[in-house]
Amino acid sequence: MTEKTVLNATHRALGARMVDFGGWDMPIHYGSQIEEHHAVRRDAGMFDVSHMTVIDLHGPRTREFLRHLLANNVDKLQVPGKALYSCMLNAQGGVIDDLIVYFFAEAYFRLVVNAATRAKDLAWIEQQARAFAVEVKERADFAMIAVQGPNARSKVLDLLHETDRVRIEQLGKFSAAAAQGLQGVPLFIARTGYTGEDGFEILVSNAQAIALWEALAAAGVVPAGLGARDTLRLEAGMNLYGQDMDETVSPWEANLGWTVALDPGRDFIGRDALQAQKDAGVQRVMVGVVLDDKGVLRHGQTVHTEQGNGQILSGSFAPTLNKAIAFARVPAGTSGTVHVDIRGHEVPARIVKYPFVRAGKACAGI
Amino acid sequence: MQEIPGDLKFLKSHEWARVEDDGLVRVGISDHAQEQLGDLVYVELPEVGAALQAGSGAAVLESVKAASDIYAPVSGEVVEVNELLNDKPETINEDAFGAGWIYVVRPSDRAELDELLDVAAYEELLESDEH
Repeated sequence: MTEKTVLNATHRALGARMVDFGGWDMPIHYGSQIEEHHAVRRDAGMFDVSHMTVIDLHGPRTREFLRHLLANNVDKLQVPGKALYSCMLNAQGGVIDDLIVYFFAEAYFRLVVNAATRAKDLAWIEQQARAFAVEVKERADFAMIAVQGPNARSKVLDLLHETDRVRIEQLGKFSAAAAQGLQGVPLFIARTGYTGEDGFEILVSNAQAIALWEALAAAGVVPAGLGARDTLRLEAGMNLYGQDMDETVSPWEANLGWTVALDPGRDFIGRDALQAQKDAGVQRVMVGVVLDDKGVLRHGQTVHTEQGNGQILSGSFAPTLNKAIAFARVPAGTSGTVHVDIRGHEVPARIVKYPFVRAGKACAGI
Repeated sequence: MQEIPGDLKFLKSHEWARVEDDGLVRVGISDHAQEQLGDLVYVELPEVGAALQAGSGAAVLESVKAASDIYAPVSGEVVEVNELLNDKPETINEDAFGAGWIYVVRPSDRAELDELLDVAAYEELLESDEH
């Protein structure tokens, strides 16, 4: 049975092309994925991301629990509303999911995890939480709208109750706060996103979600589908769970080492395996790939390098760059030119440092 | 959606074929197909001179999302390809039945044309797809 967000009928009325996305009936685009991509890079676009799973954690030992559960260290979160990106690992150091954790109070944190991994994440978190007597509560009562782009914040601020505008305008990156929309509608606003642009991700009750969506549309925010979200996040160098990493891949192998805190004395799940892999030397790494020739890099294509074979992970045409880009997992030490097997043709491609796009422009060397 | 010109014949996989005055056959994809594919970003054209078999792969269309094979409605030798698509693949999105044609073939077996769907049969197929 396919699940639907509260905005499903709204998408259909806008003429969206709907696809199954991790068991959810979601808009891939509303006409042109490329135009939606550009709208986010140049102005402001919005995405229905209500399929993502919001989980609230309650209990006096919640911080202690999260120190154990997550590869990043929640002790970096000391100011209420602050957020942290982290991997949740299995004992072998493989990635169960990547997520954002928000700190509200010592006895109250919030996780936002992926939609496609909802069931296994909830089962894992509940299982691990028992020893800490932490209550795990899914918040299916929320819808979530991501408003992204250089003009996204100002368009959202105009829709807030005037008493909250200055405070939300001053919200720092990777921070969140409660605020009131027009008519006092309660909102949870986070300055986060998955596009490489500035903007907000807004949690709103299901009952108020359509009104918020329509108010944003009236303010000139362009509805954008999950297709554009995918090309935007790839250009911005952000991983996608299931494509770039999964339970057989460690954060070292997915270019997520920056999210792993090997701080002394903290016993998190997967730590021993990560330490052992690091000590032995990581054999395969994730790199950026640019195709200067015509063609499109796609998930699953084989990459031939002098050190051995690798694989294209996320790969797509990049609308900002007008050529194909990808992440690839290749043997450590690979650099320079590689060859990608595109339907039997050996096509030369370049290994690059990413992100590919910053502030709407191609990064140096792309 | 664009109206379907009456002189086209179709494969079930949404390619169209049009017999030109000189007996050559022009091939493209339907407006419905381009809508399904989304924004096209790259077209791998057949080579002029290539011999195509009806029902086998003739070209590849890459949209932002995926690569799709285009099948030959009729057998024959490719005599012309739409070079415009090298620079402007989105022409297929904009005008699938006209400027977005893909290649022209000299048919080797004209009887194959009779195997294709006429417009009424193709429209029926589209309607049944929607249910």
